[in-house]
Parts: sequence; C-alpha cells; structure tokens
Amino acid sequence: MNTAVLRTEFRLFCREPGAVFWVFLFPTLLLVILGSIPSFREADTSLGGLRPVDAYVPVAVLIALIMAGVQTLPQALTGHRERGVLRRMRLTPVRPSALLSAQMVVQGTVALGSALLALLVGRLAFGVPLPRQPGGYLLALLLAAAAALALGSVVSALSRTTKIAGAIGSAVFFPMMFCAGVWIPVREMPHAMARVVQSTPFGAAARALDQAAAGHWPGWEQLGVLAAWTILLTAGAARWFRWE
Amino acid sequence: MPTVIEVTDLRKSYGGRAVVDGVSLAVEEGEIFGILGPNGAGKTTTVECVEGLRAPDGGRVRVTGLDPVADHEKVSRVLGAQLQQSELPPKLTVREALELYASFYPDPLDRAPLAERLGLAGKLATRFGKLSGGQRQRLFIALALIGNPRVVVLDELTTGLDPRARRDTWELIEDVRDRGVTVLLVTHFMEEAQRLCDRIAVIDKGRVAALDTPAGLIRRSAGATVISFTPSAPVADHDLTALPDLASVERKDGRITLSGTDETVNAVITLLARHRITAHQLRVVDATLDDAFLDLTKEEAA
Repeated sequence: MNTAVLRTEFRLFCREPGAVFWVFLFPTLLLVILGSIPSFREADTSLGGLRPVDAYVPVAVLIALIMAGVQTLPQALTGHRERGVLRRMRLTPVRPSALLSAQMVVQGTVALGSALLALLVGRLAFGVPLPRQPGGYLLALLLAAAAALALGSVVSALSRTTKIAGAIGSAVFFPMMFCAGVWIPVREMPHAMARVVQSTPFGAAARALDQAAAGHWPGWEQLGVLAAWTILLTAGAARWFRWE
Repeated sequence: MPTVIEVTDLRKSYGGRAVVDGVSLAVEEGEIFGILGPNGAGKTTTVECVEGLRAPDGGRVRVTGLDPVADHEKVSRVLGAQLQQSELPPKLTVREALELYASFYPDPLDRAPLAERLGLAGKLATRFGKLSGGQRQRLFIALALIGNPRVVVLDELTTGLDPRARRDTWELIEDVRDRGVTVLLVTHFMEEAQRLCDRIAVIDKGRVAALDTPAGLIRRSAGATVISFTPSAPVADHDLTALPDLASVERKDGRITLSGTDETVNAVITLLARHRITAHQLRVVDATLDDAFLDLTKEEAA
C-alpha cells in the first residue's frame, strides 16, 4: 500500500460531490426521511414487533456499500484506466495495483463510515438500538463490504469506458438494492423469494445484519454466501481486469 | 560515449502482422535521438518495448544494461517517459501531481525549480482539467523528469500544440539535454527532428529505413539541393535532362524547379550563361528533411 497514492485517491474522492453525497450522505438521509413518517415509528406485528425504521437501518447500511461498490468504485477505476492513468503509473517504480488497492481502501472506508453514520443517526434520532451482537455485526459488515468492492472490480473489469461502467453499474444497482431489502425487507419476503435473495451477496448480508442487530451471531449460511461471493468475484476481477 | 539504450533486432507482431520487424538502434549518452516515421510505422511500439510496457516477441532491448520487462522497477528509476494520449485525473492539481510522482522515486528532483523551469510555477494550484494543451504537455515533461532519470522518452510531444507552444517545448527539450539527460524523441514532424535531433532513425513499415544525422539524411537523399528560376527565354528539355546528378525536373507557370547536387547547380549556371538566358528569381536551397524523408520512405515502398 502506497500512502501517497492513498492520500491522493482520498482527496480525489472528496472532490466528487456526487460520490460523497450518494455514498456518505444519501443512506442516512433516506433513513431520516423514512423515520420522519409517523407510521414508520410504530411497532409492526408483521416485523416481529420491530418498527419499520428499525428494519431500515441495516438497509441504509447496505445502500452505502452498494453505492460505493457498484457506482463510485467502477467509475473511479474505469476513469483511471480510460485516461491512461494506470498506464502512466506502469512507467514509475510504483505498481498500478497500488492505485487499485488505494481505491478499495478509500471506497471501503467511506462506505463503512457511512454505515456508522446511519447507525448513529438511527440511534440518536429514532432510538434504534445499536446492534446487540457487535462482533457479529462487524464481521457481516466487513464481509459485505468486501463482496461489494469485489463486485465493483468486476464491473470495472468488464467496462471499457466509464459510460459502460455507468450502464452496467445501474443495471446491477437495482437488483442489488432489491436484495438488500429496500422495497421489501428480506425477512418479509415470501419463502421461495427469500431463499433466492439470500443466496445473493446483499440478501445474505441483509439477513446477517438483521440477526446480529437482534443479538444473535449471524448464520454461517449467510456468512458463507458472502465469503463465497467475495472469493468468486475477486477471482473474476483478477482474471478480467486490464490495465489499459 | 556509453550506450544508454540498445535495441537489437526487435520484433513485435499483433494478430500475425509484424508491426516492428527487426529494428536495431543504439542511443548514446547525452544525445537527442529521434525516431521518425509515418503514422503506423512502428515508432510507438518500439518505444513501448524500451519503456517495458510491452514485451518483445523477438530481439533484445537494454536500458542502461537492464531488461525493461524483467527489471521493470530498476529501469523505471533511470527512465522517465511521457506517453502519447495520456491524462491525469481532472481534479488533481499540478502541485499534487508533482508531489505524488516525486514520492515514487528514491532521489527526486526538487519540485519548485522544476516547476519554475517548465513555466508551471504559477499553475501549481490549478487542476489538470483546467490546463491548456501546452501546459499539460509541460506537466507531463515535468513528471517524466521528476525522478531524476538518465534518459527520457518523449512520444509525439508537440502533436496538437500551437506553433508558439511547440517552439517553447523544443527549447525545453534542448535544456533537458544540456543538463545531461539523454532524450529519445518520437515524432512525425520533420522540422522538429531537424531542429532537435543529433541523430535520427527513420522507421518505415517496422524497419529502420535510415539512421544518420539530420544533415547526413538530407545529403543521402537523391535531390539534396533544389534550384528554381524563371528563365528569360525557353530552355530546351534535352539541355536540362543532360545536367549532372539531376534528380528531378518540374515546370510550372514558366518556372523551372530542378533538384540535384551542387554539381547540378554549377552546370545549370553554365548552361544558362552559354545561352545568354537570365534566371529571374533564382533560388538555390538545401532540401529539407521533409524531402529526404519522403525520398527514403518512397524507396522502401518501391
């Protein structure tokens, strides 16, 4: 890891107002808007006594990861490749992979910061309890972040230009949001649908975060699904990624 | 003079087509060595093998005795380069770019004097996306030099620059050479090659068509001297074609243009004097590298 490259990538990220908004602010903003609706703050028997706003905290956390993974990461990486920045870097003693890992660290850190912000605002503004199984929650969160970044790397590997990266990113974005439970919480989905959704990275992550929030250790099945996706997607990205 | 870059029988093909087909050349320390050729001649592929961006299919490339592919990291410390069609992130400032690239090298140049020398001192806080074409090129030269290299490779540096910026860039390149850095310059501008290069390799269809000093290349081509005049009375064709060392004759609007050597010039003057013909607007000029280049690449095609 080259710290000068890392610092530069972080600076560049902060200079993209769109990226800062969608990754860092939007998830919490969505939580605040939903939490402001009175009915979202009333316990719902169909949610096992939870309030909808409680169920939306893990969703907001996952939106941050999805935004960073499939939207901003592929844009940044593909942009660097399209402009010849990666190629120019090959002429220096520093390997262009330093840029790749710096991007992962920056995007991952901002997304995790955004997740933390959503947890804190949920707690302070709406009284959503912090996860009762913090260790399990953190593990699920880190695995989900790894899967999101690996997915973003695959999108970037398959996209020759930033336009293509944007199109693929959007095509992946909505199904991922669905799996994370943006429209229907994963625990509310009909059985067959829930099974399919929980075999996707963000469906599994949503379930694992739910479990840890409620005080249980996340199921090995969900953690296993996340780990398997991360390995598979990383292998794909390593296989298909081109420096120029 | 020690050899800094050595290319021996370099070969590289893409999809079965030989782009570089047996190029050999040696660049000596402290010179500006030009690689000149038409578009698609294999110039860029050749320097990409020197930079270690591509692995040759055959032959040998050495930069200060090192293999640019196998010893990529070591070579990247002694070789700085500017790439054709490369950009930086648009929101990165000039200062940040210089700082970032300086951090890659063990013994970088001081940024302030370098920026001063390249006329970037007033642009340090400007983002790359807001720089003009000339400023961008100067920044890329700065990035190529910042690691304090022994040799720099500049590929189509002045393409797309206005004449003023182009001339400024030439002065910079001479300045770089005067500081002891060897320069490998890829270009398709004859004027640029003629003005800057100590030696030139003309590459055509993946081969070295000629390798000489600019003056040597011009001397070598068939019509090194061009004589043009408007005669006061008609001159017979057979008199002209009988001239020694004649390379070509052209008549246009009553004006005659001949190319040949100094011998041809002497003979024309004698011929005109003998027929008592006055040569109006007589011009005798040395052919340019342009003419030599066209001549050399034409011979290859035939």
